[in-house]
Amino acid sequence: MNRPLTKLAFSLVLLAGACSTSSQQSTQSQSVTLVTHDSFFVTDGIFDSFTKATGITVTVAQGADAGVVLNQAILTKGRPDGDVLWGVDNTLASRAVSSGAFASYKSSALKNLDPGVVAFVPKGNELTPVDVGDVCINADVKWFAKKSLAVPTSLAMLTDPAYKELLVVQNPATSSPGLAFLLATIAHSGETGWQQYWKDLRRNGVQVVDGWVGAYTVEFSGSAGKGSRPLVVSYGSSPAAEVSDDGTSPTVALKDTCFHQVEYVGILKGTKHEAAARKLVDFLLSAEFQADVAPNMYVFPAVQGVTVPPAFATHGIRPTKPFDIPASDIEKNRERWINEWTTIVLR
Amino acid sequence: MEGLACRDITVRFGQQTVLNGVSLHVEPGQIVGLVGPSGSGKSTLLRVIAGLVVPDAGRVEWDGVDVAAVPTHARRFGYVFQDQQLFGHLDVAGNVGFGLKMSRRPNTEIAVRVSELLDLVDLRGFGRRSVIDLSGGEAQRVALARALAPRPRLLLLDEPLSALDHDLRKQLGSELRRVLNEQGIPAIHVTHDHAEATQICDVVIALHQRTTDETTPSINT
Amino acid sequence: MDHHRPALNRRVVRLVGFAPAVFLAVFFVWPVVAIVGRGLSGGGLVDVITDPILVRIAWFTLWQAVASTLLTLLVGLPVAFVLARYQFRGRRGIESLLVVPFVLPTVVVGTAFLALLPNSWHGTVEAVLIAHVYFNVSVVVRTLTPVWRQVDGRLTDAARTLGATPWQSFRRVVAPILQPALRSAASIVFMFTFTSFGVVLFLGGPRHPTLEVEIYRRTAQLLDLRSAAALALIQVVCMAAVLGLAGRRPKVAIPRRFVERPTSFNAWVVLAILVPAVVAVLAPLVALATRAGQWRALFTGRPFDALVTSAFTALVAAGIATLLGCAAGVCVNAPARSSRLLEVLLSLPLGTSAVTVGFGLLVAFSGPLLDLRGNRLVIPVAHAIIGLPFVMRLVTAALRDVHPRQRDAAATLGASPWQVWRTVDWTALRRPAALGAGFAFAVSVGEFGASVFLVRRGNPTLPTLINETLGRPGASNNQLGHAMAVVLALLSGGALYVVDRMGERWKA
Repeated sequence: MNRPLTKLAFSLVLLAGACSTSSQQSTQSQSVTLVTHDSFFVTDGIFDSFTKATGITVTVAQGADAGVVLNQAILTKGRPDGDVLWGVDNTLASRAVSSGAFASYKSSALKNLDPGVVAFVPKGNELTPVDVGDVCINADVKWFAKKSLAVPTSLAMLTDPAYKELLVVQNPATSSPGLAFLLATIAHSGETGWQQYWKDLRRNGVQVVDGWVGAYTVEFSGSAGKGSRPLVVSYGSSPAAEVSDDGTSPTVALKDTCFHQVEYVGILKGTKHEAAARKLVDFLLSAEFQADVAPNMYVFPAVQGVTVPPAFATHGIRPTKPFDIPASDIEKNRERWINEWTTIVLR
Repeated sequence: MEGLACRDITVRFGQQTVLNGVSLHVEPGQIVGLVGPSGSGKSTLLRVIAGLVVPDAGRVEWDGVDVAAVPTHARRFGYVFQDQQLFGHLDVAGNVGFGLKMSRRPNTEIAVRVSELLDLVDLRGFGRRSVIDLSGGEAQRVALARALAPRPRLLLLDEPLSALDHDLRKQLGSELRRVLNEQGIPAIHVTHDHAEATQICDVVIALHQRTTDETTPSINT
Repeated sequence: MDHHRPALNRRVVRLVGFAPAVFLAVFFVWPVVAIVGRGLSGGGLVDVITDPILVRIAWFTLWQAVASTLLTLLVGLPVAFVLARYQFRGRRGIESLLVVPFVLPTVVVGTAFLALLPNSWHGTVEAVLIAHVYFNVSVVVRTLTPVWRQVDGRLTDAARTLGATPWQSFRRVVAPILQPALRSAASIVFMFTFTSFGVVLFLGGPRHPTLEVEIYRRTAQLLDLRSAAALALIQVVCMAAVLGLAGRRPKVAIPRRFVERPTSFNAWVVLAILVPAVVAVLAPLVALATRAGQWRALFTGRPFDALVTSAFTALVAAGIATLLGCAAGVCVNAPARSSRLLEVLLSLPLGTSAVTVGFGLLVAFSGPLLDLRGNRLVIPVAHAIIGLPFVMRLVTAALRDVHPRQRDAAATLGASPWQVWRTVDWTALRRPAALGAGFAFAVSVGEFGASVFLVRRGNPTLPTLINETLGRPGASNNQLGHAMAVVLALLSGGALYVVDRMGERWKA
């Protein structure tokens, strides 16, 4: 290699380095970065009052889906890309905690937590719950009315031949609601019974697609795509989003088919702004911020006493006894369950 | 009537009439020279005969039979272009043997015929050469050999010598005459050079196109 | 032909070729090596490679890519033929229209496709193949049309008078001339379909995973870097093999004449080929448009910001890709052995898993030495990597047509080497460079797969926002998502149309 070329190479690398340092400096002083997934959505200017009160500016950094964002954080453990991570749910919580990528923080705002959520706080306080939701079967009410068929009310009914070829679900290997629904069936039928349940579902013509968009907006008959299947795995709050101008919703969530999801934030270990990060976590649990999650992210607040839009109260459901599996069990068995499921349903 | 006969050929490209009721006759073994200023439609007439252009009126006959329904590749009329149009992806032998390959002759037969023709045009041993490196005269000889290889019943020569310098033109002209006589193939030789036409051809026809409504093919020998 | 004057002297060529090589080494090779190396450090490659399920997935990946490529060529050839050989009004518009599917995000076209296909086709291999043809046919058309246009019609006349049937004259005369372009197009389509992710997931459903899907699952969901690295290696090896096979230089240089000589117009041929093609392209786009709504929301807030971000990102990406792609094209044309290597190297990113590159960039650029996370230029750079090979191929093809004697002629007329380059090479270069810039711009505007694995600060790009918006329930979100997709189609199609028009004026 002759000399000018070496020089060129160096200057290129230096240039790249210069770019990076300049961007690093701008996040210095009073500023925190909230790393999150692609479904994160808040009202513009929601952090203004926080900045005003604390002098800390908030940068939102968005990545791919929740699994990708968590795994990227684990890969860069100790040298985090940001300060606080939003978007670990209870199916991923155990991996997040055991990875050691999160710093422990016990927010004083935890005392306001909804009593139903308290049990989901990890012992070491590495993660803080920020919202809750449920993955439930949604039904196209009109479709069932037209066919004079009763809307199913339980997981067991879905294997009834009367409901043949009506359900569309997501692949648990690539979709988080898909995984949640698989977990619901495991909680429902038990570690030894769920395999048979899925064999029955398969015999009854369950359709599997890769993700939520394909299932809900294409195959489901009750939403924009006007598909052919009147039953779909979605969220307990989805019917609230379908409310039309006359105040009615064409769909309904089935309360006895739900898997409970808790979403967490955590402070990334190695952050240079730990104090500011803690203040941000406190703010995320404040009534002001919590009131913003329902209308924007279709989830329910994790703290009590926060009002949700009326459509959520009337059309969104908060099942009293959703299915649930401890995070550590999920982490231990996830890969095996998915592989078994793949063999039973797809092969 | 034996040989080639063109009867009242008319060709229009859009508004412009290129050929207006042109008739022509080529007897077996005859070499007909077709002269005329550029733009008089000489090349178009050759393309009509070859089946590359469909005339708006008139007919082309071979031995008294209309060939309108016979596609170009089945007419067995060879064509030599002014700028050769050699196939750049094939070597000299590949070019000369192309027509035989199209009619699926066995490779051994092709090889024999190719070397025969290379001998005929004085290019012995040129078979493996790339056509890109040939001189103008060599390229034109290859083009001639290529057109002769599938034994056409008529040869159409579209100003094959016009791109060459004077001396070469004279030399190749007499060679061309020799080759055509040896092969006994009737031909139409298009040129704008009267001297060249008289050197090579048995008969020379002038194609004039003065106006679009009046075309007078006249014979002067 | 080496005794002719080369485009530029060797030292200059080496220097010029160095910039794209360094760029690729830093932003592609290093990240991939970093993430694959991390996965392989644990060892145990053999049991991953011999896992029967993975063997099956690899086999499916390979055959669907081969089938998709062949089908795409089959559909693309007649379209390229008509566009190259016939002159008619609206031809340029159709050329731009055909590219639109290529740059639309898969989730958008996937949704439209599922709406058009009968239910029984959802989740089938057939749906995947059709969608692959739909997305990639423009690669074939774009690559072949300019070359085909230069094929002198009298060459086929010559073949016909020698007894060749129309098919024989295509097969024996035109096809050999098209061959380099054909191989180039085929290898690009193969790379895209071999690493296809969105289409396979969306239309093939979960029963038809490809290596790419499996790499995503293992990297992104299971964090099983060891087996993901093994799969990524298999992918790269397949890719390099295919590129090596497809990219062999033609043995004989083919002189082409720059004549635009339309064949005598046959309206039936044109209509029979173009009408189905245009209808097929338009049908999903119309399906998109009919689902669109909330138009007023487009010009405010997030959608508008995303539009601006996309345009900015695409401009930067197209700028980088064009500069480096031209440099690479000039260099690849030089008679040096390393130039062939550069050509393969620059094409590799098209055939490498977006997940691997995304995670690789993260691992490579989060170190104490060089931390690029959060840098605004990372996404344009990633897009430039994808646009680069397109620019390079266009430029390389154009420069191959420059007859060396033209340079000799210019030199004998007293032109300095720089003047020779400017008058001969630059004249030949600027049109493909402009076309390449337009293509790189359009590719960037529609890019989704690679940017999604990069964490971004600030506004999302349009495809990212479309994906987010369609990922939310409610009719208004659905309408807005589709409206943004229509804007995206207009933006990329419009950019290509403008560039085509510009290039037209520069024609030699």
